Amino acid sequence: MKIPLSWLKEFVDLDESVDELTAILDDLGLVVEGVDIVGEGLGDVVVARIDEVRAIEGADRVRLVTVDAGAGPLEIVCGATNFAEGDHVPLAPVGAVLPGGFEIAQRTMRGVTSNGMLCSARELRLSDDHEGLFLLDEVITPIVGQPLLAALGIEADVVFDISVEGNRPDAWCVRGVARDLATRLGRDLRSPALATPDATEPSSSYASAGIDDPDLCGRLTVSVLRGVAVRPSPAHLARRLTLAGMRPISNVVDASNLVMLELGQPTHPYDAAHVARRTLRARRARPGETLTTLDDVERPLAKPGRGLGDTGEDCVIVDGDDRVLGLAGIMGGASSEISDATTDVLLEAAFFDPMTIARSSKRHALRSEASNRFERGVDPQLALEAAARFVQLLRESNPELRWMAEPLDERGELPAPPTVTLRESDLVRSLGVEIEAREVRRILEGLDFTVDGTDPWSVTAPSARLDVRSAAAGRADVIEEIARLHGYSRLPRRTPTWPEPGALSERQRTRRRLRDTVVDLGVHEAWTPTLGSDEDFDLLAAGGARVRITNPLASEESVLRSSMLVGLVRAWGKNAERGLGDVALGELGNVFSHPEAARAPRHTRGGAGGGVSLALPEENERLTLVLGRADDDARTAVALWSAVATRLGVHDVVVRTLADPPAGLHPTRAAQLVERGTNRVVGYVGEVDPGLVETLVSVTPRRLGVVDLDLDVLFELTADAALDQFVSVPSRYPVAIIDLAFVVGDEVHAVDLAEVLMAAADVVEDVSLFDVYRGESLPAGTRSLAYNVRFSSAEKTLSESDVASARDALIAAASGLGATLRS
Amino acid sequence: MTSSPLAELSTHVQDLLARVRGALTLSDLLADEPFIVGKRSILSSLQKSLGALAPEDRKEAGATLQEARRVVEEAFVERRRVLEALRRAQELEADRLDLGDVVVSQVRTPLAVGHPGIVAATQRELEDVFVAMGFTVSDGPEVESDWYNFEALNIPPAHPARGMWDTFYVDLGEPETVVLRTHTSPTQIHLMEEAVAAGTLPIHSVMPGRCYRRDTPDARHLAAFHQIEGLVVDRDITFADLAGVIETFTHAYFGADISSRLRPAFFPFTEPSAEFEITCTICRGDGCRTCSQTGWIELGGCGMLDPAVLEAVGIDGEQWSGFAFGFGIDRCAQMRHQIADMRALIDNDVRFLRQFS
Repeated sequence: MKIPLSWLKEFVDLDESVDELTAILDDLGLVVEGVDIVGEGLGDVVVARIDEVRAIEGADRVRLVTVDAGAGPLEIVCGATNFAEGDHVPLAPVGAVLPGGFEIAQRTMRGVTSNGMLCSARELRLSDDHEGLFLLDEVITPIVGQPLLAALGIEADVVFDISVEGNRPDAWCVRGVARDLATRLGRDLRSPALATPDATEPSSSYASAGIDDPDLCGRLTVSVLRGVAVRPSPAHLARRLTLAGMRPISNVVDASNLVMLELGQPTHPYDAAHVARRTLRARRARPGETLTTLDDVERPLAKPGRGLGDTGEDCVIVDGDDRVLGLAGIMGGASSEISDATTDVLLEAAFFDPMTIARSSKRHALRSEASNRFERGVDPQLALEAAARFVQLLRESNPELRWMAEPLDERGELPAPPTVTLRESDLVRSLGVEIEAREVRRILEGLDFTVDGTDPWSVTAPSARLDVRSAAAGRADVIEEIARLHGYSRLPRRTPTWPEPGALSERQRTRRRLRDTVVDLGVHEAWTPTLGSDEDFDLLAAGGARVRITNPLASEESVLRSSMLVGLVRAWGKNAERGLGDVALGELGNVFSHPEAARAPRHTRGGAGGGVSLALPEENERLTLVLGRADDDARTAVALWSAVATRLGVHDVVVRTLADPPAGLHPTRAAQLVERGTNRVVGYVGEVDPGLVETLVSVTPRRLGVVDLDLDVLFELTADAALDQFVSVPSRYPVAIIDLAFVVGDEVHAVDLAEVLMAAADVVEDVSLFDVYRGESLPAGTRSLAYNVRFSSAEKTLSESDVASARDALIAAASGLGATLRS
Repeated sequence: MTSSPLAELSTHVQDLLARVRGALTLSDLLADEPFIVGKRSILSSLQKSLGALAPEDRKEAGATLQEARRVVEEAFVERRRVLEALRRAQELEADRLDLGDVVVSQVRTPLAVGHPGIVAATQRELEDVFVAMGFTVSDGPEVESDWYNFEALNIPPAHPARGMWDTFYVDLGEPETVVLRTHTSPTQIHLMEEAVAAGTLPIHSVMPGRCYRRDTPDARHLAAFHQIEGLVVDRDITFADLAGVIETFTHAYFGADISSRLRPAFFPFTEPSAEFEITCTICRGDGCRTCSQTGWIELGGCGMLDPAVLEAVGIDGEQWSGFAFGFGIDRCAQMRHQIADMRALIDNDVRFLRQFS
């Protein structure tokens, strides 16, 4: 909200500097987002009369204008065309420096000399108007040679751009900001000058008003103004409006906007001649009704919307023929708009139910200055004061105006200002400090709260403070106001302590260890998009159920990922394009399954009031690595997993070749990681399907190793491992080492044979695979697996015969899997 | 009647189809392509010969020929698909590797270190500061119901305050009932509900995590971002404790010469509420472009738990009080490391990642 300092000063004395005021406003929570110093650089600009306009030979865009600015004729080259001889316009003479630092110099073109510049309102930063020269005759009775600022009755000004928080409906106007300042600074808040009705006939003799649905419209006042003459606003009011960021339109519309900016009450002027039976009523819109709004869009009314619990309620203003004139509090219709021909005005100043306005405004995607205020809550007691201020302002340009007596004032349901009980101890409990009772009362009364009693106080909110609630919540609201005006910076600080220790959970610690391990093994951590396209999703789960975003920014970002593989391969490809493909990338994050496809759909509270159970997508935390360095492949992936498993103390997970691996993995070079005891699947290792690499990257594809771990399962295993923290002391006796090579069928897993060997004799300490051989010397469908076997005993040095018998036991056990010793 | 150039057409088509079926490998089929469907096909010669026909006959003959070409081309494409699949199967089969037989000790990998993600590393530093201050760390889901993300946080449906968050809605259940969380605050609600159910109050916890806002990415914002939220529910907790925790954290994370200040603000889930600002980390408070000459930059929001939130989760506000605060992890990283454009965080360019250790 833009507020000129001069306007604030009408309500409260302010002699602070701009910087001081900015700091005070910030500290009040009225954050100053910008300060604009305007009207500077206009000191040399004067009023000039156009005496003669001539064409310049050879120029068709500019003309030579002779003006008089009080010191004789001056020739000036001008490109505007919106003026005639006799008009008065602003002249910036040679030497003047316009706002923005533009210095006016004598210039010669096409053989003529220009001795200054005739200005548009925008060039003077007085408004956005750049249609042509600023025609002063439209706004003042000009005097040739008079300084422009004096002629317009304006001074240099400062405009604060203030961000008003959502819980401060009262502060969304000049008076509201002034009230905060006055209270903080301990100064008086002045009241604005108000008109009183001057015609004796009662308004009801001319017009009528009514509320059909009191829950939607809490108050409807209608003032009848006769003898209205629609013309431009006086210069100082037009300028005030311009400084506040609104465009002057006509005295009637401007007065309405000025009152809204000044007091916070939106009003709506209707041309009485176009309101059937001069009647305004507020009621619920009925299904099937439509309204063509000022933006020329025909809108269906009373149509349920998408929002949670949105039944489609609209409040409309209708005329005496029950025709819809406008969407109450949001936007009017074209039919009863003010025009130059308007002579009688019905001025609506009302209170509408904030939630109704909020829903309608959202559903119709219509926001206006009025709806923004009504949806946050306009002071229900403000309507007639606003009307009086409207008339006061309009009279300046329309002295013949008559305001009929006894404005119509219909009442519906209005919120009652809450009264809360506040103890001094409540302040201590919330703020951690005592605030003097006198200060509390001073602050609250400054903000128009009514304060009764001492301790406890009985505090009643002013009607403007619709944000203040009742009971405990209201007490918190009142305490915030006291703290805010007292000053947050004056409140104490204390660092609390408590007996409970700070700590990470087991899962969080393991996650860190895992992350560190893969980084230490050469992985660069990436962050790929959570949202992808349908095509991305189909690459790994063609046609599968997916979780979609209803309102994506783009279709490529409309589906929650089911895997991080696509993102990582793409990220690798991008790096490879830059010649940086020798890299391993990894990401630790969540992937999502549609509740219908989830292993364990998540159920949570949802719906209005949290009253129903909703099935939400399963979120599965995973770690996915894509290994793209020169010699990386499925073997590297297995080795990397093996290192990770060792580091995390996970020992009983085996690499099981898969007949039909998940999409995205190489169909003949991938394996599952399975916990032997429970068959829990920890993840996959292998390579990326070469078809997928080809689809996703634009460089020459290469083998990309993959490790994809389900952390929800892995962390169960690490939690189990954490329980078993006992370690054994190795044998002190010498170790015997032998190698055994077996010919074994392809269907036998190397790890299973190793397991059999481990169990075959007590003295086996360790079995590790060191060679795999296939060749013509071996029968088809078999391979040779060579193991390195370590024997030891805790009791003695093993003799040769001990070793030999152990060896025999191992060979015998191996035969159980069909393995024969390779000769 | 002279014999039509198409008299032998069905024989030609049969020949061509046999040729298609006869191709046993993809390379054979592709080598034959010009003679089956290409320029050197009999069909192309026939096409040229149609020129000799009378105009009234030409149209009908053209259509007949077109249909024949369609049949042959379809067969060709189908055969190509089959042979391609066969070739892929053969290639994959030739590539087969039994990963159970990998001898790990024989795998040679380059000796290289990687780099942690800048966001994850920043998150860890922040967690460590808070753990040292006595906080636990809690995780929460990224997809939430309207109840957790909004309503339990005192933001009822259609409330104008919802405009503070540009929300991605998830297409599940009734419209606008499921969202990508717009902040980490819903995790507060989960924590409080769980603690009430289990009778384990007090709570002192921080909740880091990924959030989403429907915002076109630019140098300062990403549609996905990371926040860390803090929640304390205990006896006799006041605004002074909140201000003290913020100040202690600010010193611990940003350094002894950086301090904090609070200024009034509005959040539906806290009352009184505040924005917290810290000394500008660029100019150390002297005033610069980053802080608009004020010497302060905004970091996050905080406040005392609103009675409506305590009520929603069933905590007795007479016995317990508390505060919450939250701020952006990415933003901390941006300030600490002077990242000129946030989009670098999701580009995954190795040249960016490598700078961070």
